[in-house]
Amino acid sequence: MQKVMLLGDEAIAQGAIDAGISGIYAYPGTPSTEITEYVDHSREAKEKNIKAFWAANEKTAVEGAIGMAYAGKRTMACMKHVGLNVAADAFINSAITGTNGGMIVVSADDPSMHSSQNEQDSRFYGKFSLLPILEPTNQQEAYDMVHYGFELSERYHLPVLMRITTRLAHSRSGVVRSASREQNPVKLPEDLRQYVLLPALARKRYKSLLAAQNDLIEEGEKSPFNKYMDGADKKLGIITFGIAFNYLMENYPDRVVPYPVLKVSQYPAPRRMIEKLCKECDEIIVFEEGAPMIEELLRGYLNNSLKIKGRLDGTLPRDGELNPNLVGAALGLTIAETVEMPAIVVGRPPSLCSGCSHIDTYIALNEAMLPYGKGRVFADIGCYTLGALAPYDAINSCVDMGASITMAKGAADAGLRPSVGVIGDSTFTHSGMTGLLDAINDNTPMTVVILDNSITAMTGGQKSAATGKVKEICLGLGIDPEHCHIIKPLRKNHEENVAIFKKEIEYEGISVIIPTRECIVSLDKRMREKHKEKK
Amino acid sequence: MKKDIILGGVGGQGILSIAAVIGYASINMGWYIKQAEVHGMSQRGGDVQSNLRISDQEIYSDLIPQGKADLIIAVEPMESLRYLPLLAPDGWLITNSEPFVNIPNYPDLEKIHAEIRSFPRHVLVEADKMAKEINAAKSANMVILGASSPFIGIEFDKLESAIRAIFGKKGDTVIQNNLNALNLGREFALKNM
Repeated sequence: MQKVMLLGDEAIAQGAIDAGISGIYAYPGTPSTEITEYVDHSREAKEKNIKAFWAANEKTAVEGAIGMAYAGKRTMACMKHVGLNVAADAFINSAITGTNGGMIVVSADDPSMHSSQNEQDSRFYGKFSLLPILEPTNQQEAYDMVHYGFELSERYHLPVLMRITTRLAHSRSGVVRSASREQNPVKLPEDLRQYVLLPALARKRYKSLLAAQNDLIEEGEKSPFNKYMDGADKKLGIITFGIAFNYLMENYPDRVVPYPVLKVSQYPAPRRMIEKLCKECDEIIVFEEGAPMIEELLRGYLNNSLKIKGRLDGTLPRDGELNPNLVGAALGLTIAETVEMPAIVVGRPPSLCSGCSHIDTYIALNEAMLPYGKGRVFADIGCYTLGALAPYDAINSCVDMGASITMAKGAADAGLRPSVGVIGDSTFTHSGMTGLLDAINDNTPMTVVILDNSITAMTGGQKSAATGKVKEICLGLGIDPEHCHIIKPLRKNHEENVAIFKKEIEYEGISVIIPTRECIVSLDKRMREKHKEKK
Repeated sequence: MKKDIILGGVGGQGILSIAAVIGYASINMGWYIKQAEVHGMSQRGGDVQSNLRISDQEIYSDLIPQGKADLIIAVEPMESLRYLPLLAPDGWLITNSEPFVNIPNYPDLEKIHAEIRSFPRHVLVEADKMAKEINAAKSANMVILGASSPFIGIEFDKLESAIRAIFGKKGDTVIQNNLNALNLGREFALKNM
């Protein structure tokens, strides 16, 4: 069969379409965005009437998936690793309810923080919730594992977590598709109290989740994605998890590794295979793309007599993603000598696009804040976080989705004046609305600036749940209409905008300013498409 | 046969159009391919690269090890130098000479060009100027691909077919402009290697 070139993300999406999903729910976040985007743009998915939905946030996305699976259908929810924090309540309880139709939650981790505020490892969530985890090694496995994962999910009536990392998500390779499967019919759960987590019922459900654990460990032992490959030299035994296997093989150009290798891509990790490796080899080296989760378990509290090398003893760096050189050096192989980057090369950090509305907003806000000094503007996650860098130097925080508003409230409660929160429209509907309600109910003396560019811009322009309704939402939450303004961030409106910022910053109560102008990239794209249609 | 290629540029310059042509030609020959890209925040005017690996044998790592790349293809001169630590001792550096200046401290262009010229195996091509001269200003990346074509290990007509297939929907003028740009780049490289 003809190979199709797919990103790791796209392989998961195509796998989901072919495995018969009826819907996919997501909030955009690098490096997970392209999964749902692919289904959203797929003609095949449209013909099959598959729902591709950009939810308000990751929690509503996972809940949508839980509901679709309740109705007997196969479904997927996708997010970046920190999105799983937002969805954690829904995700962890979905392990207790179990599922009816097949359900896969994909969490895309970002070791080395290419586009994220941390590099947390989603596998901890799988272990925490006692659910099976799939961690594909390459694009083909990512595709195949979706089919496999839905079968596993329906066999155990449990959601399955699929964990990928940036390098797989955003790397293309040829993928061979397998036969596509019909969607499930709508079918209610056999037990209509399955999803009722009243304490008495939840206790029963939890016991059955615990009872399934031994079988899930057995699944790991016999998984086609976990392989024990023998090697003649038992001085060393190697365990790789996920894409770490690729970096190991890269170091042996003839593809023959002299040591026994255990490749793990399904969790719970296969204990018997690990035991065998540890018994047979003098030393063990563990390659995990992410946190040393299994390495820590192998060491145990008492650091038993096994000799284990990995991220915890300095053989590998404790943080950051792996690569062929780090793995090669850890194995004591010679790394090619190379020239250094010439000193003339300077850094080129990302920056706001020329013509971006945030530029005009920050210039006006900076001018209004000038009399008070720096350090009073709490911001959030989006393109506008780049306002922290030169030449704007306009904001002082970026912590988690929505924290701009709630941190500004806390700081105002502490006595900081003025206290300003800056948040994008999509981030506002993701997690800012509840914080604004708090501030309105308390009439906190602070100003919230909602940058409305009518799109989720940083991840490449997905539909924003806030589009066209930001002011109405604020009014609905109870903001005084006298202190809620829409402004147009343009150079020609600068004086007028500075005056509005100044007035509201001085006001001893809650105020909202909504600079509204379409993202320049999405405007450009829209105009080009319009032009194409005319032709 | 195996070629490991680093594509370098600035977010928004379209380095992936070059990757797409090489990728299409490779897949058509039944080769294996891996192409790691940069998505997300860096796309906003930051430095971006793509690790493009093609081989007639299965490829494992999505990333090219340091000192192992066969060539660097860059659409921006300073960006071409950023990836030198990845280049193999006998590797080639092919780059556009035209800078993309979006930072206040962009180095002196003459010094950048001198640094590139001091590298023994380089092709420094005025891709933007050459593309404009044949009224194909948008095809500068194909001039650069043409200038790289002697080093990629793919027969030239396979690259031409890939361009016809990829730009097929955009009409004959676009295809012809890109083919002309590709040929122009190749001639330049063959004369200046």
